[in-house]
Amino acid sequence: MSDRRYPDAAADDFPAPPTEFTDREDRTVEIRPYGGSEAAYESLVEMYDAFDPSDRAQGIPPGGEKRIREWLDAILDDDCYNVIAWCGDQVAGHATLVPDGDAYELAIFVHQEYQRAGIGTHLIRGLLGHGQAEGVEKVWLTVERWNRAAVSLYKKIGFETSNAESFELEMGLRLNEDEEDGTDEDDEG
Amino acid sequence: MKVLCGIGGSDDSFRALDQTVERAAVANDDLTVAVVDNEDSSVAPDEVMQRARAAIADAGIDADVRRVEGDPGSRLVEIAEREEFEKIVLGGGHTSPMGKITLGPIAEFVLLNAKTSVTLVR
Repeated sequence: MSDRRYPDAAADDFPAPPTEFTDREDRTVEIRPYGGSEAAYESLVEMYDAFDPSDRAQGIPPGGEKRIREWLDAILDDDCYNVIAWCGDQVAGHATLVPDGDAYELAIFVHQEYQRAGIGTHLIRGLLGHGQAEGVEKVWLTVERWNRAAVSLYKKIGFETSNAESFELEMGLRLNEDEEDGTDEDDEG
Repeated sequence: MKVLCGIGGSDDSFRALDQTVERAAVANDDLTVAVVDNEDSSVAPDEVMQRARAAIADAGIDADVRRVEGDPGSRLVEIAEREEFEKIVLGGGHTSPMGKITLGPIAEFVLLNAKTSVTLVR
C-alpha cells in the first residue's frame, strides 16, 4: 500500500479557500474550510442523509444517519482537511483529505441537486489549495473506472493514473515538493 | 453445502473465516479452509493455518484446513471446480482510511472466473 506512485513534478498552485463563484445555474456558491462548528456538521449530515445512493462510490457515503455520523466523525478529525461548498446555509458539496501514512486520500461528493454546475471543479481545487497551503505533499484517490465524469475531472486537475490493474483506477497528485530531499529518482519507467 | 473458504491473512480474510466457521456450525456445511499466498498480508501462512484451526476448534466443528501454494485466485477456482465445491467464500475487501472499499486481486479473479457462487464477507 505504501508503494503508490506520484507525478515527479508538483502541481501548479490551487486557490486557497475561502473563494466564491457563481455556478452554471446562477447560484452563488462559497467554498470554505470546515471549521468544526456544530451547525456545519449538522448541515453535512443533512446533505449526506439526502444523498442519492446511486452516487455512492466504493461504499461511501454510508447509508443511514447513524453510520453517516460515524463516518463523518472519522473524516472530520483534526488531522484531516475538509472543505465545504456552501449555497446559502445548505451544503452543496464536500471534499476531504484523510491521512494515510505520508500521503492523503481524497474524496469529493456533490449533492445531486448541485451536480453538472461546475461546483465539483471549484470544490476540488479549493480542497487542494487548502491542502497545499497546509503543506500536504502527496494525494491519492481511487475512482470506479466507468465514472468518466470523475476520471476526466481528476485528469484535468493534474492527477495521473498510478494503478489501472483493478476494478478501480488509482490516481496520484503531488501538491508540494518533497521536503526531505530532492533525490526522488527511483525506478521510473 | 460444500464450502471453500480462501484466506490469506488480511483482516477481511479473518472476518470471512470467523463468519464462515460460525455459519458452518449452524448449517452443517462441509467446510474446507484454504490458506493461500497473499503478498499484501503481513501474517505468515503458518500463523494463518493456526488461526483457522483455532476458529474451527472453538466452533466445535470438523473442517479441513489446507495450505494452497501458487497463484491464489486461480488455485481457488481450480480446487472448487475439481472437487465440486458449491460456494467460495472470501474476505469482502480492504477498507481505505477514507472508508472506501477496494477488492484485492484475489477476489477480483475469483469473482470473474469461478463457476460457483462467490460470497464476499463484510
